[in-house]
Amino acid sequence: MDMNYEIPMLLILFLPIISFVFLSLAGRRISPSVAGLTGITVLSVVTVLSFFVAYNYFFVNGEVNGVYQKIAVFNEVWLKFSDVLSINLGVMLDPISVMMLIVISFISCMVHLYSWNYMHGEDRFQMYYAYLSLFTFSMLGLVVAVNIFQMYIFWELVGVSSFLLIGFYYTKPSAIAAAKKAFIVTRFADLGFLLGILLVSQNAGTLDFATMIERLANPHSPFAQSMLAGSFLGMSTLSWGLILIFIGGAGKSAMFPLHIWLPDAMEGPTPVSALIHAATMVVAGVFLVARLFPIFAVSAPDALHIVGYVGAITALFAAIIACTQTDIKRVLAYSTVSQIAFMMFSLGVSGWGEEASEGFTGSLFHLFTHAFFKAMLFMGAGAVIHAVHSNEMEDMGGLRKKLPITHLSFLIACLAIAGVPGFAGFFSKEVILSAAFHGDKLIYAIGLLTSGITAFYMFRLYFRIFWFKEASHGHGEHGHDNHESHTPMMNLALILLIIATLVVGYIPFGHFVSADGKAIELPFHLALAIPPVTVGLLGIAIAYMLFAKENDKPTKITNALGGFYKAAYNKFYIDEIYLFVTKKILFNLIGRPAAWVDRNIVDNIYNGSATLTAVTSESIKKMQSGRVQTYATYFLLGVIFVALLFLFAN
Amino acid sequence: MEQVPLVHILILSSILFFLGVYGFFARRNMLMMLMSTELILNSVNINFIAFNKYLFPHQLEGMFFSMFIITVAAGEVSLAIAIIINLYRRFKTVDVEDTTTMKY
Repeated sequence: MDMNYEIPMLLILFLPIISFVFLSLAGRRISPSVAGLTGITVLSVVTVLSFFVAYNYFFVNGEVNGVYQKIAVFNEVWLKFSDVLSINLGVMLDPISVMMLIVISFISCMVHLYSWNYMHGEDRFQMYYAYLSLFTFSMLGLVVAVNIFQMYIFWELVGVSSFLLIGFYYTKPSAIAAAKKAFIVTRFADLGFLLGILLVSQNAGTLDFATMIERLANPHSPFAQSMLAGSFLGMSTLSWGLILIFIGGAGKSAMFPLHIWLPDAMEGPTPVSALIHAATMVVAGVFLVARLFPIFAVSAPDALHIVGYVGAITALFAAIIACTQTDIKRVLAYSTVSQIAFMMFSLGVSGWGEEASEGFTGSLFHLFTHAFFKAMLFMGAGAVIHAVHSNEMEDMGGLRKKLPITHLSFLIACLAIAGVPGFAGFFSKEVILSAAFHGDKLIYAIGLLTSGITAFYMFRLYFRIFWFKEASHGHGEHGHDNHESHTPMMNLALILLIIATLVVGYIPFGHFVSADGKAIELPFHLALAIPPVTVGLLGIAIAYMLFAKENDKPTKITNALGGFYKAAYNKFYIDEIYLFVTKKILFNLIGRPAAWVDRNIVDNIYNGSATLTAVTSESIKKMQSGRVQTYATYFLLGVIFVALLFLFAN
Repeated sequence: MEQVPLVHILILSSILFFLGVYGFFARRNMLMMLMSTELILNSVNINFIAFNKYLFPHQLEGMFFSMFIITVAAGEVSLAIAIIINLYRRFKTVDVEDTTTMKY
């Protein structure tokens, strides 16, 4: 351990929070460009430092005897309750947290750059940058957390920053509703997370990740034994604890049936969707399961199966909905849900140990590549929206001349997400499907089908935006000219992301990130690569036939599908079911009686006691006459009474 | 020389005490009320000294206590006079019956 990680890590964490405090206190007193430059400078420094830390960790001194170590750079007692219970704050570096550092800082930096143009002229521009800094700080703190409680704290902080940014346009009722929905749904899920933390950490006797994994990922240790002994509905206490924790992760990562908040979260500014709701915060759930993966894999495989099936169902479900949406950001949102579900089920099918843990590496590899190409897709969509001033596909078509850089980035990202050989998504998805093939055939089939659908809806989106119609004339004041000449920073961010997306797939990911820290070779099976590529190309071909030129085939197909199309278009009525459950059942059966009890019984007890006091004091206040000698009389009577008491009491 | 019996002194102090109490209740002038409280305190002083002399002639605690009471009474008088002056400035009177607005 020659390398000193302390100073870079302190800077990485504290620069964004200092920037947040500065920007939010300064507010409108500084000009938007000062605020923007502050944000961009801070994030550039953080990005450089993250790359520096990652280089040192992966290539210089993170590896000892072929195993990447967990390095606790800091681990300071923060709250001490007793000798055995204290909450620490610190910084832990291990392959996944270092990998996340790169993803978060790089994407956040791109988003800061991009927002310079995208948010130009917005009211509260300074606060926007302040919130971005807050989010970056919270997310960085989440991934380097040394213990599960620290993670929970930062988990809530990212939730808050997400809430603030979704509701950034707070004069729009739909944005407020979306922010509230996101907050409430994730908070509901976090209840599970908190219960899970309490259950697991109480039994493990520690909050610290390293100690917890050491104690629970060994079925023979007394801690694991006691947790495995208890059983409820056929699963051990440990499995239940991990499932509760997974509920928190599922809420944050928008897994079915807690996915409902993510599509609505698209009400926020598009760069925010790119950063928070595509690349970083929504993968926190995957990160959480990956962080506790040894416990899942060794001691609670049944909980891991649940993770796998929830992921597989969500992947297919969200992909089908994505095919029917017409708001381009919502298509991307459902696509994000589907891709995160890929990462989830990849963890779910993974086992423990060298070859079997291929799914673990695949999941995080996909997380890594997905962050780049999905952020790029969102930023491309943002550029389109910026140019067209609409989110609806109806208003688009034939934009490839008007937005050449956006077109290129969108095309590359679509090729990547569709898994076309040579592009980033191909490599990661191949690992995932190979792991699923070895782990669970049903999940493999769902995954294969989903990757075909993915290719279809992504290219539907691509063709609908950039082809379909001939370039329309006279959109706003910019008309037909090249719209991108006005947005240099957006172009820069897109070009940097294009480069990143083209490169990341070729990283030998298995060398750096694996379940147990030992490098693994990701096997390349030609036989396993052919089916996903075939279905992917098939999906692209169908999308080409239907959407490359304006025609009536899509309408015919939707008419033929009838009810199913309508159900998918309405997101399978999940929102309506939630509304039914909350409004009709919970509000009527629990909310109203509780309100009645509160208004009529609880309130009356307090009102009654207050009234009693008021009446009594009103009736005796005449005694306070203001005449000193009357008071003296009371006093004298009191003295005489006490004197008599002393005289005759015995 | 024949000593004055203790009872006589106690009768004197009782008379003083009840005169004080009566004055405090009956008088309307605040300065007179203040003087009445002085009478009450002095009756107590007389009791202390008398008991000291008749019961514990070789000790001085009673004397000391009466010294303390005189000191405290002096402080009390200065405080009371200050209050009375303030009241006078406010109400233009020292009649206790006219200053009844200082309640709730």
